[in-house]
Amino acid sequence: MKINDVILRTVTKIVVFIILTFGVELFISGHNDPGGGFSGGLVLASALLLLYMTYDIETVHKGIPFDFKKIAGLGVFLAVASSAVPMLFSNQFLNQAKGEFALPVFGATELSMVLLFEAGVALTVVGVVVTILLTISEDVS
Amino acid sequence: MIIPILILVPFLASLFVPFLYTYVRSKKIGWMVLPVPLILFVILSFQIPSLASGENLFHTIRWLNAADIHFTTHLDGLSMILGLLITGMGTLVVMYSIYYLSEREALGRFYMYLLLFMGSMLGVVFSDNVLVLYVFWELTSVSSFLLIAFWHQRKNSRAGAKKAMLITVTGGIGMLVGFLMLHQMTGTYSIQEMIGMAGTLPTYDLFIPAMLLILLGAFTKSAQFPFHIWLPDAMEAPTPVSAYLHSATMVKAGIYLVARFIPVFGESELWFYSVTFVGLLTLLWGSFNAVRQNDLKALLAYSTISQLGLIMSLLGIGSAAMLDIPGADKTIYTAAAFAGLFHLINHSTFKGALFMIIGIVDHELGTRDIRKLGGLAVFMPITFTIALAGSFSMAGLPPFNGFLSKELFLEASLAVQHLALPGVHIWIPIVAWVASVLTFVYCMIIVFQTFFGRQQQQPAWVDRGAHDPRPGMLVAPSILGVMIVGLFFFPNVLGKWILKPAMAAVYPSFGNPESLVPHIAAWHGLNPALWMTIGIILIGTILYIFLRQWRRIYTIAPFSWKIDNIYALLLIQLEGNSYHLTNKYMTGHLHRYFTYILLFFIAMMGTALSFVWRLAFNFSEDSVVTVNEYILVMVMMSAAVAILFVNSRLIAILLNGVLGFTVAFLFVVLRAPDLALTQIVVETVTTVLFLLTFRFMPDWKKERPRRPVKVLNAFIAVASGLIVIITALMVQGNRLFDPISKYFEDAKTLTGGGNIVNAILGDFRAFDTMLEIVVLLIGGLGVYVLIKLKDKKDGDGNENQ
Repeated sequence: MKINDVILRTVTKIVVFIILTFGVELFISGHNDPGGGFSGGLVLASALLLLYMTYDIETVHKGIPFDFKKIAGLGVFLAVASSAVPMLFSNQFLNQAKGEFALPVFGATELSMVLLFEAGVALTVVGVVVTILLTISEDVS
Repeated sequence: MIIPILILVPFLASLFVPFLYTYVRSKKIGWMVLPVPLILFVILSFQIPSLASGENLFHTIRWLNAADIHFTTHLDGLSMILGLLITGMGTLVVMYSIYYLSEREALGRFYMYLLLFMGSMLGVVFSDNVLVLYVFWELTSVSSFLLIAFWHQRKNSRAGAKKAMLITVTGGIGMLVGFLMLHQMTGTYSIQEMIGMAGTLPTYDLFIPAMLLILLGAFTKSAQFPFHIWLPDAMEAPTPVSAYLHSATMVKAGIYLVARFIPVFGESELWFYSVTFVGLLTLLWGSFNAVRQNDLKALLAYSTISQLGLIMSLLGIGSAAMLDIPGADKTIYTAAAFAGLFHLINHSTFKGALFMIIGIVDHELGTRDIRKLGGLAVFMPITFTIALAGSFSMAGLPPFNGFLSKELFLEASLAVQHLALPGVHIWIPIVAWVASVLTFVYCMIIVFQTFFGRQQQQPAWVDRGAHDPRPGMLVAPSILGVMIVGLFFFPNVLGKWILKPAMAAVYPSFGNPESLVPHIAAWHGLNPALWMTIGIILIGTILYIFLRQWRRIYTIAPFSWKIDNIYALLLIQLEGNSYHLTNKYMTGHLHRYFTYILLFFIAMMGTALSFVWRLAFNFSEDSVVTVNEYILVMVMMSAAVAILFVNSRLIAILLNGVLGFTVAFLFVVLRAPDLALTQIVVETVTTVLFLLTFRFMPDWKKERPRRPVKVLNAFIAVASGLIVIITALMVQGNRLFDPISKYFEDAKTLTGGGNIVNAILGDFRAFDTMLEIVVLLIGGLGVYVLIKLKDKKDGDGNENQ
């Protein structure tokens, strides 16, 4: 039996971008407002899950040809490596540096090493959540 | 700053090798690895003059102030010897491996492990902080494990790797406990500071346990009796690895540790007894067992055990100089330690060369069995020459370097029998002499049974094209061969530049190191030691000629015993018992698992609560509960209770979702938007998971447990709930410490982040977060591995060769 899911497919196409944008927004706003790497990563992962549920794994994989295990690994590497960077400048491990920078579009922006750290957290969450869900779904189907 | 970089370089290089290997898939990869140890060796060599003039290089990278753990490196004479061996032998072994390993092997993996080992080993010898030293120590065990199991499709390789790992890591953990005890006594993790406080240590109760545990680490690593059993099995590794890890460097780590801790523990008689006697026993047992081997590599393994025992016993005799014995001439005993360090270097040269030679024989002829070999001298003249130098050096014959250190060893064994201590008698030189005779016998076996005799086999070698290998393969053993002879003629160069600073490191309290360095001379008159050597040669030759006749004593009771059997028995028992125990409680019923978890929780928390029992609940600081909160809690409770009574799984899942989303609402009401956000997304993802697996779940059946089970369930449920409530109320009502929330309120100025939650996650407690995502990754990979690989279990046929 083939279920007619035109509505779901159409809605997903638009909604996924909204969710993805929201995820990025959460990630960036986490510095001063609710959000952050963990919840941002979870939202990004849920957008991907929606895609996987609406279309099938092969189709999505054509569009997003990533190995999510590697993304999770990359995330951990990014977090640990960015934590170790301060040691090269005779600071302690995990000493998060910050500074004001004048960026072209954003104007005076405060950037912090914690951004890299949180990006690592987000990538790990995305990678692990998608890996687990995909593995289980491939197993049961 | 130069030493931390030295340690770091091999690690970085080992990271890059696999990437490089994807582009250079050929033997050339070896040539790209070669500069790493070579450059390190050259850099280290440039430090020799400043060390010889009495300087030490000390450098600290502050790391964990709170735990007093710093990356402190210390280059003195002792670590210099090991450092030169690691990098020098490393260079030769890499050069040899280029020709030894074929292009079909996983060369990228091989050099990665080799560099990993090199870095860890440098870390061991240069670290001054014992905890950092311990980490590097275990890393050498790990890299040794990986290298022994390099041909992991072979069953024996895997068994050998496991054995080496189990034994050395057990010793390593003992050593760690010993280090912690030392910290307890001295309040420092720095070895140099411990040495400074050595005089006060023997008064502590923990002194003896700490000493024995550290010795356990050293003895397991250096394959001392009865822990030597892992070394012969480690010979499953490729021959360059055996030459490097299991004869020249890693097994010397235990010896290094003993030498390093002589200033700390040397004043104890027990230290002298343990190190000397274990060393002598290992020397005797190793050489005795070497004679019976038919596999040349196994023979070399036992000979390595025996030689390590020799060095160990020399260090033990050397530590007698620290004992407080009136009227004793200390220079006799310091000379023993000097001989130990000298032999450490000599052993690396001749044993490294011999391993490489055996590798060449194996490589060219495809066998290392002495019963099949013979008459090779004609076909492989260069190989034979190096083998001759190596074997005769090991046997203690002139004009090779082993002769000099063997003479010093015999002198030391003669000197120590006069030590005014109980149990020290004439038998020490006798054991030394007997072991030396046996050593002489197996050295002759290597030379004569491989390269001479059995003329009838020579046509077979002609057919198989036996000849010296390509020149490249001979470069490394030739360099060692030259050193074997060179050190015999110029030993005092080594003594002055390398051994003198090392002696100063072993005996820091003795002042002037000049007096600690005896002049080494090949001819020192017809003294007792020389007579002993002449006796060794005579008796050894007779024993070798009549080898066939007396070899059958190896089948008689005490001589046929193998410590191996005890290990095998222990392992089988352990595996069997663990299997039974695990099967008893891992029943596969989720209900049982929840029972374990919650019962444990109740027991833990219940005990803790009964100790800090304060019923003085204090509600005065709590805020007023609003109507919204009441409603939400009511919804949650009704959803939770309703789950128990529904008849369909779908409804149960929905109710669970209600519970979860209401919690999220509650977080909103309580003004915790971060938590609410996370809770909502987690609920969503969990629902997706349910959707995926829903179709495949078994039918929803009501369980009808027996009455006692029901009662137990009710007790567990009520007790866990109560404990959570009581804990929460107690925590809220009683302030034992000043709250740290004030500190977090300054997040904006301290971290620059306005969101306190994220300031905690990403900055204040970032270490927790970092490790949590590591755990998350491990969990994810665990799920993947469990599900994906479960079917492939019996697919691979060549797993058990």
